[in-house]
Amino acid sequence: MNDDRIRAKLSEKFGPDTLQFQTVFDQMSVCVPPELILDICFFLRDDPELQFDFLSFVGAVDYYPSSPRFELVYQLYSLPNVKRFRLKTKIDETDEGQASIESVCKVWPTADWHERETAEMFGMVFVNHPDPRKLLLPDEWQEHPLRKDFPLLGTEDTPDLPSQIKILR
Amino acid sequence: MGIENHLDNTVHVTNLEWFVNWARKSSMWPLGFGLACCALEMIATFVSRYDLARFGMEVARPSPRHADLMIVSGTASKKMLPAVLRIYEQMAEPKWVVAMGACACSGGIYKNYAVVQGIDRHLPVDVYIPGCPPRPEALLDGILQLHAKVMKEQSIRNPRVGKIKVAGR
Repeated sequence: MNDDRIRAKLSEKFGPDTLQFQTVFDQMSVCVPPELILDICFFLRDDPELQFDFLSFVGAVDYYPSSPRFELVYQLYSLPNVKRFRLKTKIDETDEGQASIESVCKVWPTADWHERETAEMFGMVFVNHPDPRKLLLPDEWQEHPLRKDFPLLGTEDTPDLPSQIKILR
Repeated sequence: MGIENHLDNTVHVTNLEWFVNWARKSSMWPLGFGLACCALEMIATFVSRYDLARFGMEVARPSPRHADLMIVSGTASKKMLPAVLRIYEQMAEPKWVVAMGACACSGGIYKNYAVVQGIDRHLPVDVYIPGCPPRPEALLDGILQLHAKVMKEQSIRNPRVGKIKVAGR
């Protein structure tokens, strides 16, 4: 199993034009359309040759003020093949509200906590997440600290104590 | 045996206030809790090499209702702060607070949205111990400073019970 084989399998299954492969520092990653994320994840996990059975990490990058604003990164690992692989997808905030993408908890249950942290830190929605609470931040906070436009020292909405929150939405 | 043999049924006169203060400082029981890496130095202070028992403080109480001294040992995150205040409120009067380490004193290196910028914003701190983390000798020195402070208190005529205003309430 090598990068070329992964690229061939994915291109064969999803068509050569939907996926953008790039290789940086000898590491190949693929940028996929957000609506296909669940299908691609199931394929990478269940294909008898690929067998990406372990999700190492889910995170996000804020490219404010570019559009689309967020890039989600899924770091995969195949225990049988001893092979790492990276999935990326770009999503943007809609006029109605927060950016959203399908949760991959159905594929890898470990995505639960990773997606909860990403959701609270960047303010995005993982659709069909089994437990969409905050993970690390205080429950009453409405702010998303890892966004590029969030001030390092916090705002009025991130006070020391829950009772000090002034603006209730 | 013991001091009784030397007393010989005589009457001894002392200053009641001095005696009360002496009793308080000689068996000041700390609350057994730690917030961050400073807690490790606090544990080292308790165990045999530095031996806090020399100063009547070997019993770290697991219940705040038995404790006289709260050693805020480390970084108080905003999410942890309500729990710390709750513990402080449950301690019986008279009670003292030592801010141990740079984070408890001022927020330390964590000048950001998630960390309380000094526990003295919410608790009445008696002694500040700088250091990152302070060595056990520094904690011992801070505690001896607190003992000296207790010996100067007007514990009978002007007790500290109810005098101390806690910020934000």
